[in-house]
Amino acid sequence: MTFSKNVLDIDAAAEAERIVRSLRHGVRQVMRRHGSVVGVSGGVDSAVVLALCVRAFTPRNVIAVMMPDKDSSPDSERLARDLARQLEVEPILEDMTPALEGFGCYRRRDEAIRRVVPAYAAAAGYTAKITLPPNLLDTDTLNVFSLTVVAPDGQERTQTLPAREFLQIVAASNFKQRARMAMLYYHAELHNYAVIGTANRSEHDQGFFVKHGDVGVDVKALGHLYKTQVYQLATYLDIPEAIRRRPPTSDTYSAPCTQEEFFFRLPFDTMELLAYALEHGTPRAEVAEAMGLTEVQVQRAFDDFTRKRRTTAYLRMPPMEIADDHGP
Amino acid sequence: MDLESQIRRFVAENLLFSGDRFDHSDDASFLDGGIIDSLGVMDLVTFVQVTFGLPVRTEDITRDNFDSVSKLAGYIRSKLPAGGETPRA
Repeated sequence: MTFSKNVLDIDAAAEAERIVRSLRHGVRQVMRRHGSVVGVSGGVDSAVVLALCVRAFTPRNVIAVMMPDKDSSPDSERLARDLARQLEVEPILEDMTPALEGFGCYRRRDEAIRRVVPAYAAAAGYTAKITLPPNLLDTDTLNVFSLTVVAPDGQERTQTLPAREFLQIVAASNFKQRARMAMLYYHAELHNYAVIGTANRSEHDQGFFVKHGDVGVDVKALGHLYKTQVYQLATYLDIPEAIRRRPPTSDTYSAPCTQEEFFFRLPFDTMELLAYALEHGTPRAEVAEAMGLTEVQVQRAFDDFTRKRRTTAYLRMPPMEIADDHGP
Repeated sequence: MDLESQIRRFVAENLLFSGDRFDHSDDASFLDGGIIDSLGVMDLVTFVQVTFGLPVRTEDITRDNFDSVSKLAGYIRSKLPAGGETPRA
């Protein structure tokens, strides 16, 4: 296929139907479960999965669980409720803050932040996020994370994170995705339902997920689709415009932080065309011409994707098994 | 100990996945060769900041400056005052 800006266009109606058929078959015939549980965040991925599940199982057999914590934007719950109402699903609200306090999520994270920025005090209204350098196409900067602390007066301070503090912030923050996973399985086991995941292909390929967290699911309903294609499904499925227009966020850090800032370093439409080109071995010159970029810019993106895939390969590995040496 | 030796020793003792000897040339790419990963780059930045007392700007964290023993040594030399290769006490 010739590479073009339209290479990720899909027949949304046919794709939706295909996923619905797979969900019905997989959940009912293979897993022998009666319905589905979806964690809804007010983002487009979970909105699309909820809509597909409603088509597959009817609203009566779908549970939508909202799992905000004290760092979540109030928009997340509001948008999730609006969506559930539209799809005629009764949403369940699970405030994750007490569980996360029990794990020491905030305390452990904030300790690491304070080692870098001693003035940081969450109780006094400080917020924080971690980000990668922007403008992937125009700089050769490597993927070194920075911490941004926002003071109550709005003043921002950004500095490069040492590895030790980075690891502690991420390890503590990942309690969120893993606690959400545990909560989804509570509801799934309560009803003999399956947990349907919402991670998309770009997140999976480049390692933007939490092992045994947001991909701790029974079905990866969108794992084969780029985010750009998820948006096409969202339009077809009549997902509210407020959700479709919302910049994708990880809903993890207390300061507003888009997925582009935190990890991808590019807008999704550009990033995914380049990722597709790399995956399909499209020559740099052809990609550059189709996208109006230089070959140097294309190569920068290819290098970034390759490094991310290599660095995060561990996340995609199943548990290693020791060969059984005691057979007959 | 010269700068290249200090970098080799730091990488060998702290970042290598395959033992504690640095068996690569000084021009071998850290990243392409899988010698270190992006977390290792963060450790190298801290190494430069702590060992030599040098501030490292985000825009300086590039392949040209951090992707091999030679490149990192060149970067550190460009930031140090003349004759200042001794680690900070």
